[in-house]
Amino acid sequence: MNTQASAKNTGSNKEAPAFFDEMRSADGSIRPAYRKIADWMGQQSRGGMARKQEEADAIFRRLGITFAVYGDNASNERLIPFDLIPRVIAAQEWRFLERGIEQRVRALNLFLYDIYHRQEIIRAGRIPADLVVGNEAFLPQMMGFDPPGKIYSHIVGTDIVRTGENAFFVLEDNLRTPSGVSYMLEDREAMMHLFPELFAAHRVAPVERYPEMLRQTLESVAPPSCKSDPTLAVLTPGIYNSAYFEHSFLADQMGVELVQGSDLFIENGALYMRTVTGKERIDVLYRRVDDSYLDPLAFRSDSTLGVPGLFDLYRAGGVTIVNAPGTGIADDKAVYAYVPDIIEFYTGEKPILSNVPTYRCSIADECNHVLNNLSQLVVKEVHGSGGYGMLIGPHATKAQLGEFEKKIKARPSNYIAQPTLNLSTCPSNVGAGSAPRHVDLRPFVLVGDKIRITPGGLTRVALKKGSLVVNSSQGGGTKDTWVLED
Amino acid sequence: MLGRTAASLYWMSRYIERAENIARLTEVGYRISLTPDIGIGHREDWKSTLIAAGSYEAYVERHNEIKPEKVKHFLLFDRDNPSSVRSCLETARNNARAVRTALTREMWEALNSTYIDFASVRPADLGSGKLPEFLDWVRQRSALFRGSMLGTLLRDEGFHFSQLGAFIERADNTARILDVKYYVLLPTNETVGGDIDAFQWETILRSVSAHRSYRHVYKDRYRPWNVAEFLILRPEMPRSFCFCYGWIERSLEGMSEIIGKKTASHTEASSILNDLKTIPMDAIFQSGLHEFLTEFLKRNNAVSAHIANDFHFL
Repeated sequence: MNTQASAKNTGSNKEAPAFFDEMRSADGSIRPAYRKIADWMGQQSRGGMARKQEEADAIFRRLGITFAVYGDNASNERLIPFDLIPRVIAAQEWRFLERGIEQRVRALNLFLYDIYHRQEIIRAGRIPADLVVGNEAFLPQMMGFDPPGKIYSHIVGTDIVRTGENAFFVLEDNLRTPSGVSYMLEDREAMMHLFPELFAAHRVAPVERYPEMLRQTLESVAPPSCKSDPTLAVLTPGIYNSAYFEHSFLADQMGVELVQGSDLFIENGALYMRTVTGKERIDVLYRRVDDSYLDPLAFRSDSTLGVPGLFDLYRAGGVTIVNAPGTGIADDKAVYAYVPDIIEFYTGEKPILSNVPTYRCSIADECNHVLNNLSQLVVKEVHGSGGYGMLIGPHATKAQLGEFEKKIKARPSNYIAQPTLNLSTCPSNVGAGSAPRHVDLRPFVLVGDKIRITPGGLTRVALKKGSLVVNSSQGGGTKDTWVLED
Repeated sequence: MLGRTAASLYWMSRYIERAENIARLTEVGYRISLTPDIGIGHREDWKSTLIAAGSYEAYVERHNEIKPEKVKHFLLFDRDNPSSVRSCLETARNNARAVRTALTREMWEALNSTYIDFASVRPADLGSGKLPEFLDWVRQRSALFRGSMLGTLLRDEGFHFSQLGAFIERADNTARILDVKYYVLLPTNETVGGDIDAFQWETILRSVSAHRSYRHVYKDRYRPWNVAEFLILRPEMPRSFCFCYGWIERSLEGMSEIIGKKTASHTEASSILNDLKTIPMDAIFQSGLHEFLTEFLKRNNAVSAHIANDFHFL
């Protein structure tokens, strides 16, 4: 009440949200990591930047770095906008993030092993049994099976948002088939091509080793039946998949075959690809096809994207599927709320990175809170991804709020809600100079014989003024992300 | 290399070659339409252009009369025509996308930028004499792609399949152009020998960009048997059957070496090449040019089918 009165007194009803500006401190001074970037920005002319932007767009389009937007018929291949101003992360900030991510990824892999074996965490009463075994993402077929190295999620994209100097939150753990790493790599290529002088002036941690590290990771989880150098392949649903560019990019960078289901067959306890000379055995399959399409005999029988018999072969140790089927249970949005407990349970440590406070509509009290505060919350479908089927309370119309109220009441367990996060901002090139825009961060983690985290990751930026949605399907762009070395 | 990858490289090259050939044929059709009516017959040329492009049936299914504007649109832009330049470029690019890892960056960029630029061309903008420039552009882009390939692609399986696609398509195209016009090439028709015929012979040569090289080789005016010989048997003519089969045989030999045995396609291609090297032009005319061309098209298709089978195209 007091705040409202005082707002009236000053003649302003604007609730000034305290967005954390990654370049500027509250007093307007430039943070140390951004000093040279700020100088450089000051030296760029508007026309010069516009030319560089055109050059960058031409590079991306010519290389075919496009993505398909579902439901967008007019132009089914679009460029993800590339922002010219890099996002900078200081060395000590990165060390903190790195520790937190590693802890989280380690714990989630231990959680997956546990729930597909003795389910100690359920027995200990730390997570409801129904939430796990009653979950669509739980694969009973995985029970009792030991994947090589006991690793389930080898390739992880942890979505992180920042709201303050030391306030980092994990928004989502992507443990199934996270994408975006090709943009991280191509953004760096483009920046080095466009602004070599910036790299000469900074010590930017390299990201170029990712494909090599991915290869090492995949080779380290070869199945027991593999006695020599393992043969790897990347499995794609095909050229019409939205992330097809990335699939072919990664196969190319690793120097392995990019295969489709129709190229593969199983014979005498091994997976083969059809080649011009006959056949060649595959030991490790990095699949970018969802669980349910992997094997028509084990999962969706109408799938033509997978290989009949693949799952049995996997369980028999004839091939390693990366990521393992069934990892979706650990990045399910309903399970997300329990991740801090999961970390404590398996590591005995306090979580280094925080979760975003999450209301579970499956719990009556929390659901009521959500319904009463809908206009201030972000509501997400438990199984949705990529910004589809999501409500942003503060930006929603009356009609949209009403629609979600109905949806939540009809199926409460299908929704979670989180407070709107004041995502930090970074300077972005907006045509008329630069302006702060909201960003998030997806670092990429590889889990094999050891955990390898590429410094930085993919920064997604909401290019629309005031927008907090960074998804490429909703008009978000990307930035090159720099971790500065000491 | 995956069988599917080989198939995509093969079809990518075939469709780029086809796009170029359709552009050549359209250019010739356009030239003819600009020449004054000097006698009966040649106004049928848009029809023979459609036949040579292998698109006549598809055209008459959709249109009840042959109108130059409609034919041009059908040959260049119509998505319903699988052999229109637009369809060819789209199919080539889809195949290329499916095998990005087997292409060099330069090959991909040459093809992808062609596709992007083509998409921005509006058929309505090609009126009043802009057509030849556009057709030149299509040929240049095809040449750029081929140049990128020859300059950057490793000489391994991928190269062989790209070569095979290009030369099977080219041989098919040259044979169809000849077959459409075979009657003006028959020696018995020489009594006619008037302006129309000379014009027709030049047309044939022009559609394979050989009207000048003909003079270098023969140092003579256009004579029908020379024209036929030039396009069928001359190994130095880069669109002749003999030239195409020289490369097809070489690539299949390369593949036989890689897989360690002689494939059915290799055997068949060697036999075709051997026939082309030994048969005299007289013999072809005596047994019938049309019959010879029909048989050649059949054998060329058979080689294509053997290739798909030998190398697991699926």
